[in-house]
Amino acid sequence: MTSTTPKGKSGWPIRLIAVILLATASDALLSYQVSQWAYGWLPVPASTAAPYVDDLFSLEVGIGAFIFFGCTGFILWSVLFNRAEKYDESDGLPIEGNNTLEVTWTVIPFIIVMILAYQAIHVSETLSALGPKVKYDVEGGLSPDTAVVTGVRADIGPIDVIARQWSWEFIYPNGVHSSELHLPLDQRANFRMSSEDVIHGFFVPAFRLKQDIVPGSVISYSITPTREGRYRLRDSQFSGAYFSQNQTDVVVESEDVFNAWLKQSAANPLVPGLSPGTALYNERLAKGNKGWATVPPAPPPMVNDPGNPDAPHDA
Amino acid sequence: MTTTKYDPRVLKAPHPVPGAPDNWKRFFTFNTDAKVIGIQYMGLSLFFLLVGGLLAMVMRGELITPPSDLVDPTVYNGLYTMHGTVMLFLFLFPILNGFNNLLIPTMIGAPDMAFPKVNAAAFWLVPVFAVVLLSSFFVPGGPASAGWWSYPPVSIQNPLGHFLNGEFLWILAVALSGISSIMGAINFVTTIIRMRAPGMGFFRMPVFVWTAWAAQTLQLVGLPALTGGAIMLLFDLSFGTSFFRPEGGGDPVLYQHFFWFYSHPAVYVMVLPVFGIFSELITVYSRKPLFGYKFVAIASFIITFLGLIVWVHHMFYSGTPQWMRNIFIVTTMLIAVPTGVKVFAWLGTLWGGKIRLTTPMLFVLGGVVNFILGGITGIMLGTAPVDIHVGNTYFVVAHFHYVIFNTIGFGIFAGIYHWFPKFTGRMYYEGLGKIHFVLTFIGATLNWLPMHWAGLYGMPRRVASYDPEFAIWNVIASIGAFMLGVASIPFILNIVSSWARGAKASANPWNAIGLEWLLPSPPPAENFEDDVPTVISEPYGYGLGKPLVKDEEYYIRRSMEA
Ligand code: HEM
Ligand SMILES: [Cu+2]
Repeated sequence: MTSTTPKGKSGWPIRLIAVILLATASDALLSYQVSQWAYGWLPVPASTAAPYVDDLFSLEVGIGAFIFFGCTGFILWSVLFNRAEKYDESDGLPIEGNNTLEVTWTVIPFIIVMILAYQAIHVSETLSALGPKVKYDVEGGLSPDTAVVTGVRADIGPIDVIARQWSWEFIYPNGVHSSELHLPLDQRANFRMSSEDVIHGFFVPAFRLKQDIVPGSVISYSITPTREGRYRLRDSQFSGAYFSQNQTDVVVESEDVFNAWLKQSAANPLVPGLSPGTALYNERLAKGNKGWATVPPAPPPMVNDPGNPDAPHDA
Repeated sequence: MTTTKYDPRVLKAPHPVPGAPDNWKRFFTFNTDAKVIGIQYMGLSLFFLLVGGLLAMVMRGELITPPSDLVDPTVYNGLYTMHGTVMLFLFLFPILNGFNNLLIPTMIGAPDMAFPKVNAAAFWLVPVFAVVLLSSFFVPGGPASAGWWSYPPVSIQNPLGHFLNGEFLWILAVALSGISSIMGAINFVTTIIRMRAPGMGFFRMPVFVWTAWAAQTLQLVGLPALTGGAIMLLFDLSFGTSFFRPEGGGDPVLYQHFFWFYSHPAVYVMVLPVFGIFSELITVYSRKPLFGYKFVAIASFIITFLGLIVWVHHMFYSGTPQWMRNIFIVTTMLIAVPTGVKVFAWLGTLWGGKIRLTTPMLFVLGGVVNFILGGITGIMLGTAPVDIHVGNTYFVVAHFHYVIFNTIGFGIFAGIYHWFPKFTGRMYYEGLGKIHFVLTFIGATLNWLPMHWAGLYGMPRRVASYDPEFAIWNVIASIGAFMLGVASIPFILNIVSSWARGAKASANPWNAIGLEWLLPSPPPAENFEDDVPTVISEPYGYGLGKPLVKDEEYYIRRSMEA
């Protein structure tokens, strides 16, 4: 049986220190590697906010992995080498505590989490500088536009985002109604979000943004897309029966393509928009309304572009 | 000085109901003996673990394929709501009260709880609200289906317009559960403060007692907020008020504050006693004193305090202003510190120990490893920018199941095996126990680990169907869930057959230190009765050669002869 007793008064336990250093170094290397993998666990970054969130996440994964591997490694090692022999009923070393050690392992985590808190607040402030996220002051009579702060090379909007049970509708300043959210690349899009019934969550994983849309308030939200493509927009806040169907796409395209789309759509007639819940509900009614009671879906919004829910999406 | 004086009047608590039967039938009576009540809680809540588990199996069956094809989406919503509610209010809280009933009096040398009748009444409220909750499956609109957090306005939508509906019953059940918990909390706190054995100062109490005390204090502070919120919700739902109804000028986000002001601390109500169980068991099975006992004990109350001021981290994307987010990022991060103190203390206890890998110890070590992971993802969720991406996705589901099942559940299994001989008088079968552990560990890992990636990749929680890119993670998760279902078979077999015909347990089969181990197995009705030992040293004196109580030999002999 390996003795794990730290050497007592007789000088520095050289071997122990070497082992600890080696273990720490390999833990650090491995954790660094995991923190790099962490970028790959997220959808493609497609907004100005994404790199900040991703870097913070990677940092946390790195620190977390270091702690996780360190602690579990220690447990495994103890279980392998500090096992009692069969029939050995004797006691282990009666170490009751060590004030230096206890203070150390209170102070070090304190410093680590405060660094994380600092970094999190810093990123949080940066994100809101990239795009203001505030409640519009509807009652005070302030124009919604006063909440829009400039600072990027171009702004579009405000685009109205209307959430319902269970569909999304986007209304552009030129009056175009759409079931899909089209955005020009590299311009800050400003939204004016509202809900007609319950709380919905505006969630575009590729943009790393999520905002609850609370009925009764109008919320300003901004984001700058940085990568062309087609991305999923999902309802992240449970909103009732067909909540899981409540998704649509965000299409990020070059300024020219976007303007062409806007012009083309303005000329299109209004048709019922994307509302997968309605289709499912009608199917259910056809089967004799089985299942538990549910709120009937709101009628599909009338839109110029009903979108294409079956197109392949990037993330 | 913290030593309480021996007060014979307090220790002379009322006796069990005279004439209560002395066989298995007593578990079906209004019995006031804390040990009987403890086993009542345990049995009932394990039954509801199976009920909640079956609901989960149907959910995982639905989620094994992307489209919503097994059950109607409305049924799925009812299932997940009831699953969450059953697991929390009918499994976790009651089973922890089971531990409290069995362990608090025996560990502190009290004959019973301070208010035995209140104790029994608190228990019998559990089957009552269970019936209220489950009967909602049979009301016209079906059970509540707004999730266990029941956010308005979804929860106050009432499509059929019936007065008696699932949501109504849900609120009623939650309120009754709150009443039961408050009754329990008053009892446990009073018992701990007033009824300790002579010589048992606060810093001679086992850590389980500390953690139970800290946890029950949280109940007392937090529950009124939840109950208040629930009553307002009931008024909005049934009487047309507008506390939270936006059309009437109400604020739905206000409900979230009421809800999380209690429900964040509630996670510590559940996890603290499990930290206690870990601390008790790691010492016995490493044969070492608990490293930094006082730090660990005090950390429980620091967690209680901090737990009360972090709730807004559940609302980072609900329209919470920046300054408020910043404050709650900091408080949330702080809570990792006392929690970390505990984890490191357990590691310090393992160091140089004589570790015995019995079934309870396996569950403890598995639970600690899982808790480290669950704690780390908790920190990630506490940093607002990352939470804004992963909040309300499967990442959160992964995080809280790592804590709520892979840590708390593991701790509960560990505790059941460890104290099984004490309270049933029989040994469990080690082989079956180990099979149970291995199946549970693998099943739990398969079930919840992949959910982290599904969530990071953008899969929202609470969905009945999902995009095909999430399929692989969900298939693995479903396999894990079914494996967990299978894992319950050796467990049930073990408990039932060991209790019926297992080997007779000695008074102290683990050679453990603690007042409960100085009692015969199973302990007699009033534990030590009038002959309460005087505690003369700190708990966990492994290897120190100091007796725990005065005349220790006498008590050991007596417990063995019984
Ligand atoms: C100690 C035991 C813990 C338990 C039992 C626990 C349990 C839970 C549960 C049940 C939820 C989900 C609530 C819901 O949305 O339905 C949750 C979410 C969360 N937990 Fe924990 N947790 C624990 C530890 C921690 C720690 C140590 C931290 C941070 C340091 C933390 C931070 C969070 C955050 C920020 C969320 C909200 C995520 C979101 O909804 O976006 N948790 N936890
Ligand atoms: Cu919380």
